[in-house]
Amino acid sequence: MKSNNNTIFWEDERVDGAEKVNGKAKYAAEHSLPNMAYAVFVTSTIAKGSIKNIDTSKALAMPGVLDVIYYANCPSVPGYISNAAERPKNAIEWRGHKVLHDNKVRFFGQPIALVVADSFESANAAIRFVKAEYAPESFETNFDKARLDAKNLKINSNYKRGTEKKFKEAFAFVESEFNIPIEVHNAMELFATIAHWEGEDKVTLYDKTQGPKSTQFTVSRTFGIPDKNVRVIAENVGGAFGSGLRSWANVPAACIAAKKLNRPVKLVLTRPQMFSLVGYRPQSWQKLGIGADAAGNFVGISHEAITNTSRYEDFREGIVDASKFLYACENVDTKYQLLPLDLSTPVWMRGPGEASGCFALESAIDELSYKLKMDPIELRLKNYTTINPENKLPFSDINLKDCYAYGINKIGWKNRPTVPGSLKENGWLIGYGMAVGIFGAGKGSASVRIVLSNDGKLLLECGVSDMGPGTTTAMTILASEAMQMPIQKIKFKLGDSDLPPGPSQGGSGTTSTVGSAVDLACKTLQQKLKEIAIKSAPVFAGMNAEALEVKNEIVISKTDANAKMAIIDVLKLANQDKIDLTITSNGKTAAQLKFTSNSFSAHFVKLGVNPKDGTIKILQVVTTGDAGKIISPKTARSQMLGGVVGGIGMALSEKLEIDHKTGQIINASFGGYHVPLHSQIPPTDVWFVNKPDPNINDIGAKGIGEIALIGLAAAITNAVYNATGKRVRDLPITPEKLGFKSKV
Amino acid sequence: MKPCFQQDGRRSFLKKSTALVALYLTPSVFVKAFAVDTIVPMPIPKEKLTITINGKKLNLEIDARTTLLNLLREELAFTGTKKGCEMGQCGACTIHINGKRTKSCMQLALTHQNNKITTIEGLSEGEKLHPMQAAFIKHDAFQCGYCTSGQIMSAVTCVREGNAKSRASIQAYMDTNICRCGAYQNIVDAIAEVAKTGVKI
Repeated sequence: MKSNNNTIFWEDERVDGAEKVNGKAKYAAEHSLPNMAYAVFVTSTIAKGSIKNIDTSKALAMPGVLDVIYYANCPSVPGYISNAAERPKNAIEWRGHKVLHDNKVRFFGQPIALVVADSFESANAAIRFVKAEYAPESFETNFDKARLDAKNLKINSNYKRGTEKKFKEAFAFVESEFNIPIEVHNAMELFATIAHWEGEDKVTLYDKTQGPKSTQFTVSRTFGIPDKNVRVIAENVGGAFGSGLRSWANVPAACIAAKKLNRPVKLVLTRPQMFSLVGYRPQSWQKLGIGADAAGNFVGISHEAITNTSRYEDFREGIVDASKFLYACENVDTKYQLLPLDLSTPVWMRGPGEASGCFALESAIDELSYKLKMDPIELRLKNYTTINPENKLPFSDINLKDCYAYGINKIGWKNRPTVPGSLKENGWLIGYGMAVGIFGAGKGSASVRIVLSNDGKLLLECGVSDMGPGTTTAMTILASEAMQMPIQKIKFKLGDSDLPPGPSQGGSGTTSTVGSAVDLACKTLQQKLKEIAIKSAPVFAGMNAEALEVKNEIVISKTDANAKMAIIDVLKLANQDKIDLTITSNGKTAAQLKFTSNSFSAHFVKLGVNPKDGTIKILQVVTTGDAGKIISPKTARSQMLGGVVGGIGMALSEKLEIDHKTGQIINASFGGYHVPLHSQIPPTDVWFVNKPDPNINDIGAKGIGEIALIGLAAAITNAVYNATGKRVRDLPITPEKLGFKSKV
Repeated sequence: MKPCFQQDGRRSFLKKSTALVALYLTPSVFVKAFAVDTIVPMPIPKEKLTITINGKKLNLEIDARTTLLNLLREELAFTGTKKGCEMGQCGACTIHINGKRTKSCMQLALTHQNNKITTIEGLSEGEKLHPMQAAFIKHDAFQCGYCTSGQIMSAVTCVREGNAKSRASIQAYMDTNICRCGAYQNIVDAIAEVAKTGVKI
């Protein structure tokens, strides 16, 4: 229990903790409906071409199999019609691969058929008997090869201020190339959809999504039915990290099957399908040049990047953006191009754009610091800016200096060797490294329903989702603080498109956006309570609302402590069983738009490299966040810890492997794609500046989901350089890249 | 789909065990049919199973192809046990079979005649949480909660079997359970605390 303002007590534990530890929390695939059928995808075994024929007869003869749906027998879907003139007015064309629609194969592992059976076992047993005959076509999945030919690239965007390539004229400069492979979100929960048509044009979905409202919109427009006839339920989401920000093949496929068979259908992806069907961080190549004068002032930054997309959709991210505004520099030019390949479409993955971009920028700054013989933190401080040099607006708040100060002390930066490879402990080479992360801090619009009942309970509702960061907890705490009321009496409900519209959970914007709406809803409710109290209770007769306050579950005069009444008594006196309001909080105000808002992080790493075999052991991480007021300290700390784990995976082990002869992903499992495990995680300290940002929103809070990871990989490679003198610019760092032979 | 595995010990073990289960999951009748590439329609192979789940003895008739994981989740509504990979690699489906932690996705239900199964739902007594569940809440040892059931089931045997003597030994024992949200440090804190109290679990 923690004391808050000395009057209110609130638990600092996750409000939905109990149901997550006792197995009662239900995720999408865990709902069961009467007469539900099970569906499993059959996927392509070529990377590109067309399907000449699919023999479904053997699968259909298998016991329990109800149907095999593919392009030849797939019912028409309004949103699959490309020609706008032929498409029903209320339908919008499905974005991306139209599953089960045509006989084209666009990537290896693309769903080509859907087996539906009366049990999971029967469906799963039948998929191997669906036989496709292909007409293969030539394809390209090799990013490293294809990017070398300019013909393959799509110019996306260029930016310039001052003089181009100015860095080359500087006293000292570096120009380096960086490569990051495809990384896959791989949340623990498999993507799943249960679709249930409750009428000809009315469907309910249990779906793994970061945005119940956005999935509702996608489904209503794809099937050409009214929004209100689509209900999307996602009460619990087992991680997503960006992959749940759009609907994938499982959503329309489950809807199609359920409609065709006229019974509810459950479709759960397999772990290998999680590698090819629900997005990934695109592969990237970057070239970053940066130069400084002898005093360390940046003279110029040039940042070029290429990321891959699919052949059928453009996916772009802000990979070069941080270079434009994180540091003071007059001459900056960036160039960003897309490389379409015969793969599925990438999507935002934790720290989208900046995680890749800051790896290049923060590595290059570290490289430059050695050339300048200057401490890398001193170099960053030299180019510190409180004004965004790209749009010339002041940052709404920036306290990175405090992060540096904390990290320097906590990690023991004074022990960092200035000569790389010169410090040993217990036979291991020791290195220290740090890097900065930055991400935009937004505030959008959201609606919240707030209901105060005459039993003193408070209910808040918003159609946002909680994939793990603790949104339910943070929103409950916010309401508790705003209402000055015990957390146990408050319930925050989310994860249902029937609730008032809220944003998709993503881009580190949920706390700022929904939190502002919760705060506004509570203030509106308090105002309403005061008005009712004045009207109904003689004790407040003749008083102004401004003279009253609502706290500790009472309405009380600010000047006369005897003029008070419990809020439940106010309701009873007014003969009201509840106050029920729905309010909408809008995006940034004109005053807030005079600032540019970001969250910042600085990560500090101490690690050891075994000089015999190149094994890397991370010994300590200190991660610091500058994200305004921290609403829910316990869950925020966990989010930062999670970002460190994600960053360790990015730096040391995560890489999607594709066999370019077949286009097949060859490590599509946890056995082949190595995410960090328990024993790879060092003791980690988390620290927040925890100072309200006065210019972002009324609650002073910004997001931390992305900054927790952004910069971490560079902090690790910078520490590896400090330990060994070897600069790794291609992730992940492996012993081979440090000059050791593979043990395999 | 043939996943490619690197050759270190843990991963190559996973490879072998995956291949074995793939074989199990294809009943001989279908293997035969597959081999000759013809299918004779046949009934779903139903078999009798007597099994005790969370203290309750059940007499069931099940599809012989059902894994313990799918039996729990799809037939018996014990959805607290999670499906994360169906390859024995992630640990989300960890349960106790006769007190030993086991990945339920790798087990054909029929091979567990008369065995005693404990799932996450069987750990707490009514509303009263098991000490490990309480410690997971206290240390915020999860975010999304999806790997949590498996982490807790492993955590209980970690302490019970005397593997919680140091952080390193806890980590080594718990390497079977992946947490993609990255709650590892808090999970180890929770386990270490329960081990330290010496409470019998």
